[in-house]
Order: sequence, then structure tokens, then C-alpha cells
Amino acid sequence: MSGLVNLRCVRLAPWLAYALALLLAPLVFDSSLGQTLLAQIGIAIIACLSFNLLLGQGGMLSFGHAVYSGMGAFLAMHTLNRVSGGLPLPVSLVPLAGGLGSMALALLLGWVTTKKAGTAFAMITFGMGELVSATALVFAGFFGGEAGVSGNRVAGPAPWGITFGPQSQLNLLIALYTLVCTALMFAFTRTPLGRLLNAVRDNPERLAFVGFNPQVVRYQAFAIAAFFAGVAGGLAALNFEMVSADVLGAHRSGAYLLFTVLGGTGYFFGPIIGAVLMVLAFVLLSGLTKAWLLYVGLTFVLMVIHAPGGVAALLVAHWRLLRRSGWRRLWLAYLAVFASAGVTLAGFAVLVEMVYHLQQLAALGPVLPFFGLLLQVQHWADWLAAGVVFVSGLGLLTLSRRHCLRRQAQLLQGGG
Amino acid sequence: MEFVALSLLNGVSYGLLLFMLSAGLTLIFSMMGVLNFAHASFYMFGAYLAYSISLWLGFWPALLLAPLAVGLAGALFERYGLRRVRRFGHVPELLMTFGLSFVAVELVQALWGRSSVDYRVPQVLDGPLFSLFGTQFPAYRAFMMLLSLLVLLALWLLLRTRVGLVIRAALTQPQMAQALGHNVPQVFTLVFGTGCALAALAGVLGGNAFVTEPGMAQAVGGMVFVVVVVGGMGSLVGAFLASLLIGLMQTFAVAIDATSKLAPLLPYLLMVLMLIWRPQGLLGERES
Repeated sequence: MSGLVNLRCVRLAPWLAYALALLLAPLVFDSSLGQTLLAQIGIAIIACLSFNLLLGQGGMLSFGHAVYSGMGAFLAMHTLNRVSGGLPLPVSLVPLAGGLGSMALALLLGWVTTKKAGTAFAMITFGMGELVSATALVFAGFFGGEAGVSGNRVAGPAPWGITFGPQSQLNLLIALYTLVCTALMFAFTRTPLGRLLNAVRDNPERLAFVGFNPQVVRYQAFAIAAFFAGVAGGLAALNFEMVSADVLGAHRSGAYLLFTVLGGTGYFFGPIIGAVLMVLAFVLLSGLTKAWLLYVGLTFVLMVIHAPGGVAALLVAHWRLLRRSGWRRLWLAYLAVFASAGVTLAGFAVLVEMVYHLQQLAALGPVLPFFGLLLQVQHWADWLAAGVVFVSGLGLLTLSRRHCLRRQAQLLQGGG
Repeated sequence: MEFVALSLLNGVSYGLLLFMLSAGLTLIFSMMGVLNFAHASFYMFGAYLAYSISLWLGFWPALLLAPLAVGLAGALFERYGLRRVRRFGHVPELLMTFGLSFVAVELVQALWGRSSVDYRVPQVLDGPLFSLFGTQFPAYRAFMMLLSLLVLLALWLLLRTRVGLVIRAALTQPQMAQALGHNVPQVFTLVFGTGCALAALAGVLGGNAFVTEPGMAQAVGGMVFVVVVVGGMGSLVGAFLASLLIGLMQTFAVAIDATSKLAPLLPYLLMVLMLIWRPQGLLGERES
């Protein structure tokens, strides 16, 4: 009996931690940059989790998920403008309007989209995505053309003085939506439909043989994922108070895909990590360096080759390994791997930044400031030094990784 | 009459370029089941490399060297990238090419800058070939058309030799071909490299006919998928017909006022409708 309760406590702990993190983070990061980041992270978490309902849970690789988050944003924005015009609907429910609208669109387009999984699904979602984003530029009435549609989130009555005007009030709403949507999506994976969806992913023929129609299962899951994507879009509309056609486009869909996979599709919490990485990359990394997309792209390619399970799978695997073989006997080996990876990254980053700098030599001058270093991009010595750091880092990384793997194998064998 | 004749010529020349670009993708896609997202990136690499080589050696060596170099790069990518993730299934392979398409745009920007480069048509071909109803038809367009037709002919002949027989076997029945002792992975590398080289050749020709800039891969990337889907799996002739169809459709839609706003929509509409009603494409033999 106590074992059962204990088990429940263990399962509840991550959720409590997650809820606390969502609600306390605004108090810790209360600068304006912090608030901006947190709002976007909350929205991205919902979007990436909804993407993973398709990819991770249903084996459907979508190249057009932004269609649903984007349509949700447009529908929410038009609803918000109605609210400003006198529609009796609280602003806090506007994202739901986006979600329901996206779900309706998914019910309309989803049946033909979900006929097949795999590459056929990837292609048709890609085609739908291009079709919708091209349509958005033609119908300027609904989509606002190049300028987009804007609105004001301070609308309607303000119960208890909550207008959602200040970012901190909106962030609380976003945190609540994020928590509830995460819980609902997790609950969905435990429903019979969620389990059927996993079966469709793993073996559609067998499921069909048992008497379920795989297309129906995929269709239902597609509509549910579209609902959550629409909610995320609606929150984004409230957050930015502006929606333009690029939220529907292939770039946005690609970002969901890239960062969800980076976070890890095999675990429910993987996309949450991916969403955090996405916002950090889009807001912080892009401000830090012009080459940020190169770093993101290369990280993605390396992850697909070496760790197809994403960050989540890496974390879980190493966490288990460290628990089984003991932190104390392995920390040095891990430290060596991290240190040499850092050296490699530093060398690589210097090389990349120098190449980018050389491209704009006329505008920027011959000196590249890099974390306190002043690099002369026209001197061969600086290139050589960066190259040596990179290559030796790579060598060290290979050696330390091999050592770490050997050590792990020894400990696992020794410990039985 | 004048309008129809000119649009017809422009449409056919655009369609033929599209065909050269998508011929390789059709082979890769139908053979390996991989939707190569980076295919248009190889087209872009072709154009940029040709630009650099033509500054150094001139256009004609570039016409040969750029596709060879890009083909080699494609083969290496297949051998050391795609083949390593193949055991995990098609999705990681697709993701890999998707990642490469990101990296490619950034690489091009790092090496050649963010604005377009001045890649020009060679002087011999710079000028009109003939004029029709008072409008001139550029000689370079005719050269592009000629080369595309030669590529179609060469591919058609290649698929009828002994090597082509193995490729076609690996295309339709990979397991069986493997069981009969053919090195199917090596055939994959070969086909992938050839496909990339063809894309690069299209880039060499399209880069100076249109414009060589970092956005050029994205501009044609979607169109290439449309051609492959509409043409059908594993069918070169299907890809040829689909390219011409889309080339003509686009040219006419842009030229006619009433439909010019809808022009960017039409190919994708065609693709989606095709996937819904005829997933095997115009001439494809099987569904994906």
C-alpha cells in the first residue's frame, strides 16, 4: 500500500516541479528580457508538444504545423478585434477561439492529410503549408497582406483589475495555459485514443487487422494536435498584438520540427526542452552572432547522426547510467568530455566567426572582438591558432569520449 | 498569337530547367524513399561554384567542373551522413537532409555573402537567337533547352545499359537486387551523387539565367517536390511531363492578368489534389 502511494508521489513530483517552475520563473526572471523570453517559451512549449503529438506519439512528420498555429493566431486576432468591438467574451478565452478555429480547419483538411503516415504525410503537409501560406498573400482581407493584422489585448471588462495590459499579467495567463495544456496533452497520451495512436505509429497494418481504421485514429489525433497548436497561436497573438502571414510559413513549421526533434520526440518532456532551446536560439543566440542558424543547423545534423533521440534521450540514458555505476567514479571522465567539447566548440566558433567577419570586412574593419579576445581576421597566425584549438579539441574529444565509454563499460561489468 | 508563342517558349524552357533539377530527385526519391529536402541546396551550390569557377577559368570549364564537384559532395554526404542514419528509418534520413538545407544556406552566405553575386551568361551566348513577332528570344534559353533535352536523352540511354539495369532493379526491388549480389548501398551512393550533379548542372544554367542569391534554393525547393509528386514515383518521363506542365502553367498564369495573383498557389494546389486523388502521380507505378 505504501509502495503504491510512494509510486504516485514519484510521478507527481515532476509535475509539481514543472508547475512551480512555470509559476515562479516570472518572479525570478523579472527583467523585461526575462519576461519576453518566458512568454515566448510558454507559447513554444504548447506548440512543440502539440507537434510531438503528431511526430512522437503518432509517427506523423509534419512540415506544415505552422498552418494550424498560424491560423489559430489569425482567428484569435480577429476574435480579439471583435472583443474590442463589443463581443462579450473575456480576453483570457481568446486563445481558445484560436484553438477551436484551428481544430475546425484540421477537421476540414485533416481527412485527406492523414490518409498515410511517413513520407506521404510529410509531402502533403508540406504542400498544404505552401498552399496556405501562398493563399495568405492573395487574400489580404483576412490575412492583412504584408502588414498583417494587429489588435489591442486590453479589451472588454477587467475583472479584479486584470487587463492583461502589463506583460507580467499576460505571462501569468500564458503560464496557466501552458500548465493546463501540458497536463491535457499528457493525459491524452494515456487515453485509449492516445494508446491507439502509438499503435498506429508502430504497426498500422496490425491495428487495421484488429479492426481499427488507422486513418480515423490519425485524423482524430491530427485535430487534437491542431487544437493545441491553435491555442499556442492564439496566445502568441495576444503576446505580440500583431500577426502577419509569416507565422503560417515553411520557416515556422521547420522551426517546430527542428527544435522538437532536438529536444527529443521519444519522451513526453522532450519537446519542452526543445521549446526552451528554440526561444533561446531565436532571441538570445541570434542577437549574439550572425552565424546562429549555422550553429543550429549543424547541431541538428550532428544530433540526428549521433543522438537521434534528442536531448531528452541523452539526459535519460546518462542519468540512468550514472545512477547505476555511481556519480563519484565517473564525474572526472564526464568532466573531461565536457571540457574537450568546450575547447572544440570554442575553436570552431572562432573559425566560423572569422569567416563571417571576413565577408563584411569593409563594413566591420579587420578586428573581430570575441569574448574579450581581439582577433585579426587578416593575419594568418590567428587563423592558425583557431585551427589548432579546433583540431586539438577534436582530438581530445575523441580520446576523452573513448575513455569515458571504456570506464562506463568497466563499471557496468564490475557492478554486475 | 504573339503572346501564346512567347509564353509557350518561355514555359517550355523553364519546364526543361525544372526537369533537369527534378530528374535527380525523382531517382533518389523513388529509389531510396528519401524526400531529399536539400536537393535545391545542391542546385544552389552548383550556381555559386560555377560563378567562382567562371571567374577563374571561364564558363565552359565551370559547366563541367561545378556539377562534378557537387556530385562528389553529394555522394560523400550520402556515404557518411545518410547511410549512418538509414538503419533508424526514413524519418531520420529526411531530417538529415532538412538539416543540411539549413546549413547550406548559411554556408553560402558565409562564403559568398548575403546579396546576389554577379554571375553572367557567357558572351558567346549573350544575345538573341531569333526574334518572334518583334520580341527577341535569348540564345542562352535555347542553350538551356538543348542541354536539358540532352540530359533527358543521356539518362534514358543510361537506364538501358547494364548499369542502368541494376539501377532500375534497385529502384523497384531493392531487397531482391541485394539478394542477387548487387551492392545496392553503392548504387544508392552513385544515384545520389548523380542526382546532385544534375541539380548542380541545373544551377550552373539557371544561376545566370535567373539570379544567384542565397534565397534561390528556397525559391525552387517547393517546385521540385511538386514535379516529383505530380510526375510519379520512379518515372523520368513522368517528371519530364510534370516539369513541362508546371513550367507552362506558371508562365501562362503569370502572364495572364486575371490569374497572375494566383500563380504562386497553382503548383501546390496541383500537388495537394494529386496526392489526394492520384497518389501514384501521372506515370508512377506505385504509391510511396
